[in-house]
Amino acid sequence: MATNRQAASSSSRWRAPVLFAVLAVLFVLEGTVRNSMFSGSWNTSLAILNMGLISAITALGVNMQWGYAGLFNVGVVGFLAMGALAPVLVSLPPVEGAWAAGGTRLMGALLVGLGTLAMAKLAWTRTRSGIATTAVLIAGFVAYRWLFDPAVVAIEANNPARHGNIGGLGLPVLLSWAVGGLFAAAAAWAIGKVALGLRSDYLAIATLGIGEIIVAVMKNENWLARGVMNITSIPRPVAQEVDLQNNPDFVEFASSWGFAAAEASGIWVKLSYMSLFLVVLLAIILLAELALKSPWGRMMRAIRDNETAAEAMGKDVTRRHLQVFILGSAVIGVAGAMMVTLDGLLAPTSYNPLRYTFLIWVMVIVGGSGNNWGAVLGAVTIWFLWIKAEVWGPALFALLTAPLPDSAFKSHLLDSAPHMRFIAMGLVLLLVLRFAPRGLLPEK
Amino acid sequence: MSDTTFGNRGNRDASVVNPKGRGTIDGTRRSGPLGPGQAGDPFLIGEAMTGGYGKGADILHDCTIAVEQGQIAVIVGPNGAGKSTAMKAIFGMLNLRQGSVRLNGQDITALNPQDRVKAGMGFVPQVNNIFPSMTVEENLEMGAYIRRDDIKATMAQVYDLFPAVAAKRRQAAGELSGGQRQQVAVGRALMTQPKVLMLDEPTAGVSPIVMDELFDRIIAIARGGLPVLMVEQNARQAMMIADKAYVLVQGANAHTGTGEELMKNDEVRRTFLGG
Amino acid sequence: MDIANALVVFLNFVFIPAAAYGAQLALGALGVTLVYGILRFSNFAHGDTMAFGTGTVILLTWGLQAMGISAGPLPTALIALPFGIALTALLVLGTDRAVYRFYRKQKAAPIILVMASVGVMFVMNGLTRVLIGVDEYRFDDGARFIMDVRTFREMTGLPEGLALRSTQALTVGVALVVMVALFWFLNRTKSGKAMRAYSDNEDLALLSGIDPERVVRLTWIIAAGLATIAGTLYGLDKSFKAFNYFQILLPIFAAAIVGGLGNPLGAIAGGFLVAFSEVAVTYPWVRVVGYLVPGYEPSGLMQLLGTEYKFAVSFVILIVVLLFRPTGLFRGKSV
Repeated sequence: MATNRQAASSSSRWRAPVLFAVLAVLFVLEGTVRNSMFSGSWNTSLAILNMGLISAITALGVNMQWGYAGLFNVGVVGFLAMGALAPVLVSLPPVEGAWAAGGTRLMGALLVGLGTLAMAKLAWTRTRSGIATTAVLIAGFVAYRWLFDPAVVAIEANNPARHGNIGGLGLPVLLSWAVGGLFAAAAAWAIGKVALGLRSDYLAIATLGIGEIIVAVMKNENWLARGVMNITSIPRPVAQEVDLQNNPDFVEFASSWGFAAAEASGIWVKLSYMSLFLVVLLAIILLAELALKSPWGRMMRAIRDNETAAEAMGKDVTRRHLQVFILGSAVIGVAGAMMVTLDGLLAPTSYNPLRYTFLIWVMVIVGGSGNNWGAVLGAVTIWFLWIKAEVWGPALFALLTAPLPDSAFKSHLLDSAPHMRFIAMGLVLLLVLRFAPRGLLPEK
Repeated sequence: MSDTTFGNRGNRDASVVNPKGRGTIDGTRRSGPLGPGQAGDPFLIGEAMTGGYGKGADILHDCTIAVEQGQIAVIVGPNGAGKSTAMKAIFGMLNLRQGSVRLNGQDITALNPQDRVKAGMGFVPQVNNIFPSMTVEENLEMGAYIRRDDIKATMAQVYDLFPAVAAKRRQAAGELSGGQRQQVAVGRALMTQPKVLMLDEPTAGVSPIVMDELFDRIIAIARGGLPVLMVEQNARQAMMIADKAYVLVQGANAHTGTGEELMKNDEVRRTFLGG
Repeated sequence: MDIANALVVFLNFVFIPAAAYGAQLALGALGVTLVYGILRFSNFAHGDTMAFGTGTVILLTWGLQAMGISAGPLPTALIALPFGIALTALLVLGTDRAVYRFYRKQKAAPIILVMASVGVMFVMNGLTRVLIGVDEYRFDDGARFIMDVRTFREMTGLPEGLALRSTQALTVGVALVVMVALFWFLNRTKSGKAMRAYSDNEDLALLSGIDPERVVRLTWIIAAGLATIAGTLYGLDKSFKAFNYFQILLPIFAAAIVGGLGNPLGAIAGGFLVAFSEVAVTYPWVRVVGYLVPGYEPSGLMQLLGTEYKFAVSFVILIVVLLFRPTGLFRGKSV
């Protein structure tokens, strides 16, 4: 018995390093080997890795909610979008004339909007009268629209070809990552307060809804972030490739390693991003692990494992759930801010729930529910597969259909091959659920 | 509702999971073949049963329960003695590692619960024994699900037996009182026209008056020719109506005899009947 | 005050579109609620089942059109619909056999089925993409209007026109027939009652001799049928775009929850409630008000919310209902 247990624990001690090493080998192959499966370009390899790291942070946020408290959040895309607004509102340079056009009025409108909700809540708790509450809501809504509509028209009329948005504060972009977390946390507080306070949770449907709404707001409120016209000039926390290429020292340094300046500058920039992301990722893991080992974390696990008993012992389950929901969402928000910083672009139409909510869920489940390192491993692995499946799918189809004569059917198959990655991801999730339901790195 | 995969995660969220009415019996299990019975068997016998739930430890140890045609057999014993487990074992709801169950001259050990119903066993579980959102009449119809013939006559008999529920036939069964629910539950089992009726603590949680009435009805059912096997918490009353009584202790037979014999047995009286 | 014209505008722009949309949502919500009631989990793949079903119907419709078969004034898709349902049902049954049955046998917690349905969602999404692609298609043919604006004006002499598209009338008609048939099935037939019994109490249904696997199969077949019908009607009424079917999942879930998950009657009521609220809140009321209050010329459109925010409406209804009636509008009877 004792030897058995030891064997099990030693195999699990090596499991994580081995799996991470395998993953690292994949990235090295991507960077060095050029064939039908790998690109042989360090730029591609690092680009995948950087987005994988951001996915890993997102997955960590989801894993806090799911792994620590068992909360099923299907509005990840919304919290990412919430965070994505931060770089736009914090670090973009101010837009000339925007604040003068309607900034104050807009702030007033938003305050009135929030005030109305607070008043309505107050009216309901004090009087329990539906009529009074409705009256407050209607009056507040009218006042809000009276303030809001002209302000928006004025702001959007301000240099619409280039701006038409409220603009940012011109603060450092790294600061906006933290603000992104705060934005997402605020949204999570509002939604969690409602959905977690009910007799049983309705969190899944509530988060699904809030996710759609946040993305809709981002698409349609042009004053906020230019809507579908996109924001393209988000400041970068790292050097520009062009500057590096023009720097003779750097060109010399690159050629000493045998790289052309253009390629080397791309690699340098991506490595800089990677270091920043790794710092954030490791800090979050450290904090998460410390929290989990603290009395607070022990209580969270106790609540998750036996809610009834925890409740009987006087633990406020709803409150704890709300806390962890807000914390997890804040982490997702940070990831959202990092993502637009990496892209240098905010394109609301790309916020698709399949990619930004459900793919993250595949990462968490594949990695191992409740295990932070598992979430990281799952996220980077799944992201790698997701990107490469788009290449491997057509390659595989080309191979399979090679003996077929040219026909409409064959070209249809070849055209649809990139969509195979959806099927592949679904199969990965189903296979993991079936054969290793606790994930690649199970919770201890 | 803990689970080895995700622990308790996610089961609180009513917008994605529905805990109401979940089952515990594996409905996908296929039946094995019927075997021959043994000469001189009682009508229903679970002989030398050893086993437990799933891959867990054994709860029953070489336990034998039988009921003869037209008789009432009761299983009594202290809490945790495996009374209900013995009943479930006879009904095929747990894995028997040893022993066999034989009904009416056939070995039914390999049958799944659904097919045991078809073979003529009627079972009334201790709890969750009605369809709460369906009307009383629909509950009885569901009892007769496996029958292809006209069920009106049986339904009339059930209503004769339980006039109180007859008056509420159009009402949702979940809205009835505890005693009436038990009557619906027994009525549902009778609708299959079973060859043997098995009741798991039919009087649990009902008032003494209702309990007496239920016992009367059960006696009436048995006198009508239907053998009854039941688990009972109220050992004294149960033994008084029993033709045969089994006292279980820790999953094994401790005492067996007619109700009268056991009532006279000093040890049984001292341990189970309170002197 | 010009009530006749106000009423015509209201019917034309609010009532008729909302009724058609409500019928589509109700059918979708019925499928979700059935699976929730009987298989005990929220099926995230339902939207993609709708998309897949509609995709097969469209392919079959093209095939029929190529063969020169049509349904006269009705859309050809109606002929293709039964075959589309059959194919979708086969796929869904195959999915159950390959994925869900395993967990049912284990008596796994329903949350695992939810996760599995996310996997199935990805697979079905991919299948639909491979099958028909991501582009937008219109596949309604046959007569376009039962009543068009000009005929209506000539008939009534009113300045406002009323149009009733044949797809709208068809949607409501088909939906009503399907709903009546479903309720008849659930409340009057032995198999339907067995489904309700299984939903109420799985173990007892088994002890009554009801074959659980048969109930599950029936449920999947009905859910696939409802999904394909709902998806096809939605596609006929608007257009087919695979991604829209994923997005419609939110109003469908909202409708099912508002009505009380697991309750078919509630799903229908929820579907219409969500649809009418969505249309009413995002419709610019300025013309209706203009007819009702002569001489009043509001500066704005009198639109409470932009149409882009229609999802917000279903969400707000959902929250309000959950806050004040946590079990949904209807309690008691369930599937």
